[in-house]
Amino acid sequence: MEDRETLTNLYHTMLLIRRTEEKILELLLQGKLASSMCHVSIGQEAVATGVCSAMQPHDYLTSTHRGHGHIIARGGDLRRIIAELLGRETGYCKGRGGSMHLVDVSLGHLGSNGIVGGHIGIATGAALWSSLQNDGRVTVAFFGEGAMTEGIFHEAANMAALWRLPIVFVCENNQYAMSLPWTHATAEHSFARKGEAYGMPGIEVDGQDVLAVRQVALQAIERARCGEGPTLIGAQTYRFLGHSRGDPSPYRDKEEETRQRARDPIRIYQEYLFREGVLTQTDVETIEAKVAEVIADAVRFAEESPSATLDSVLEDVFA
Amino acid sequence: MVRKIRYREALREALREEMQRDPRVFVIGEDVGRYGGAYAVTQGLLQEFGPKRIIDAPMSEAIIVGAALGAAVVGGRPVAEIMYIDFATLAMDQIVNQAAKLHCMFGGQLKAPLVIRTQQGTGRGAGPQHSQSLEAWFAHVPGLKVVMPATPYDAKGLLKSAIRDDNPVMFIEHKGLYALEGEVPEEEYTIPLGVADIKRPGNNVTLIAYSNMVHTALAAAQELSQIGISAEVIDLRTLAPLDMDTVITSVTKTRRAVVVHEASVFGGFGAEIAASLQERLFDILAAPVRRLGGLHVPLPAHSQLEKQVVPSVAQIVQVVKEMVSTEVAIRAASA
Repeated sequence: MEDRETLTNLYHTMLLIRRTEEKILELLLQGKLASSMCHVSIGQEAVATGVCSAMQPHDYLTSTHRGHGHIIARGGDLRRIIAELLGRETGYCKGRGGSMHLVDVSLGHLGSNGIVGGHIGIATGAALWSSLQNDGRVTVAFFGEGAMTEGIFHEAANMAALWRLPIVFVCENNQYAMSLPWTHATAEHSFARKGEAYGMPGIEVDGQDVLAVRQVALQAIERARCGEGPTLIGAQTYRFLGHSRGDPSPYRDKEEETRQRARDPIRIYQEYLFREGVLTQTDVETIEAKVAEVIADAVRFAEESPSATLDSVLEDVFA
Repeated sequence: MVRKIRYREALREALREEMQRDPRVFVIGEDVGRYGGAYAVTQGLLQEFGPKRIIDAPMSEAIIVGAALGAAVVGGRPVAEIMYIDFATLAMDQIVNQAAKLHCMFGGQLKAPLVIRTQQGTGRGAGPQHSQSLEAWFAHVPGLKVVMPATPYDAKGLLKSAIRDDNPVMFIEHKGLYALEGEVPEEEYTIPLGVADIKRPGNNVTLIAYSNMVHTALAAAQELSQIGISAEVIDLRTLAPLDMDTVITSVTKTRRAVVVHEASVFGGFGAEIAASLQERLFDILAAPVRRLGGLHVPLPAHSQLEKQVVPSVAQIVQVVKEMVSTEVAIRAASA
C-alpha cells in the first residue's frame, strides 16, 4: 500500500479539480469568463490525478481542450488558471488562451490544445528531443478517444514506437467525442490490440480508480524512461456533463448516465480511504475546507487582476 | 574572384555550418538521410553528422512537423523538410494552428524556433500536385515567417538566419533553381529576414518579384533596356516580414510597378503589394499597379502547357510597354 501522504494527496488533487471546475461553471453562468469556450472534466478526475502523480518533476506533458484537470494535477497555479479564464493579464496566457490553452512551462506542461489531437505532435517531438539528448525525461500525452481517430495520432504512435521514444499515450476514453459514441467511431475497441498494431503495449484501466490509473502510469513511465518505448493507456472514464455548456447530452441514454455517475471516482476513492482507515470524516472535511479556501483565493486574485490588453498581444506575435 | 556554387550547394553549406556551429540544430524529413534529399540538398550530411542529426522519418508530414515543433519547444533547433510544398497540406494543423500560434497563444511562455524547408513551383512538369505555389497561404498566417530565396547567395544567408530565428519559418525554395550557379563567398555571412534586395537598379518601372520570378524579371529588364525603358528589379526575399519600405522608395521614384509571381494572380501575394502601393502612392502613380501571375488552374503536367500557365519574359515586357504607352497616350490626350 502507498504511504498516507501520497494517498491523501491523490484525494486532495481530485477534489481540487472537481471543486475548481464547479466554480468555473458557476463563473461561466455568471458571465464572468472572458471566452465562451469551456469544457470541464467532471467525472474524469482520477485519470489526470493518477497519471500526474506518477510523473517526475522534470517530465513533460501535453493536454487537451478538456485540460483543467491536467494542469491542476501537475501542480499548476490556481490563481493563474482562474485569471486566464477571466481574461486577466496575470493569467497563464495573458488572457489569449482561455480554458483550452493552459500552459506552465516551469512544470513541464507544454500546453493544452484546442485542436483534437493537435498537441500529440508536440508531445512526440518533446520525447524525440529527450531521446536525442538522452535527458531521462518522459512525456505524457493526454487525449480523448476522439483524438484516436485523427491522423496525427496514427503518425505519432507509429513514429514513437518505431524510435522507442520516451512517451506515454494516455487516452481518457470518456466514451463520447462530442455526441459520437466510441462504439460508433472505431471498429477495434481493444486498447491492447490497438497498441499492438503500432508495436507498443496497450493497457486498459478503470479510469474511475485513481490507484489503478497510478499503477499503470508508473509502469508505463518507467518503461519509457528505461528506453523501452511508448505505451498506450486506455483509461475508461465518463464525462459526467455535456461536451460543453449548452450541451444537455440528448444523445446519451439517461439510464446510462445514472449508472456511470454512480461510479464517481472521488466517492469511490473516499470509500476506499475510509475503509482502509487512511482518512476520517474529519480529515475529509478539513481537506474540503482547504480546497474551498484555495479556490476562493484564486478567484479573488483573478478578479483583482487587470484585464488583458491588445497591446501585449501585438507584442507577442513573434518571439 | 568570388567562387560560384549552385543553389542546392549553398543551402547545404548553410545547413552544415549551422549544424557545426550549434549542436541543437538537426534535420528531419523524408529521404533526407540515405537518399540525400529529393533535390539533393542534404547529400552527404548523414555521413558527416550521423543519424541522430540527419533523421530519415516515415512518410508522415504531420508528425514530421509536429515532432520538429515539439523538439523546438523543449530546446532543439530543428530543420524539418517537406519534400514538396503540396505535401504541406498534410501538415497544415501543425504549421498553422500549432507552430504559428504557440508563442502568442501561450502568453509568450513557449517559443518555436523551427524551420520548415520545402520547395515549390513549376519547371519539371511535375503536375497539379507537385508544382503549386502556395506562399500566400502561409504569409497570411500571423506568427509565421516566409522566406523565398532566388539566388545561391540569398539562399545561404537567409537559411542561416532562419535557423537562428526564434520563430517558425517557412523556407520555400524553388525546384527550378537548385542547379542555378551564383557567387557565394567562402567567408561567413547571414542575411536578415525582412530585407528586400534591389537586384537591378532602374528609373522607369519597378518589377517586384521573388523566388524564380526574380530571374524572369531580370531577363525582362534586360530586354526593356534595349528599347530605352529602365526597369528596377526588387527581390522581396521574404514575404513575412515584408520590406514594404524598399518597395515604396522604389515606386516613389519610378511611379510604375508590376508585381510578378508564379502563384495564380487571384488571391495571390501580388494583390497585397498592389493594394498597399495604391493606398500609399495613389497620387503619384503614373499607371495602375499591374499583377502578373499564374493562371487560376491546376498546373498541367505537360511541360509545354505548364510553361504557358506562369508569367514569361515576353508578358512582363508587354505589360510594361502598355503601362508606358498608356501614360504617353493620356499625356497626349490632355495636351
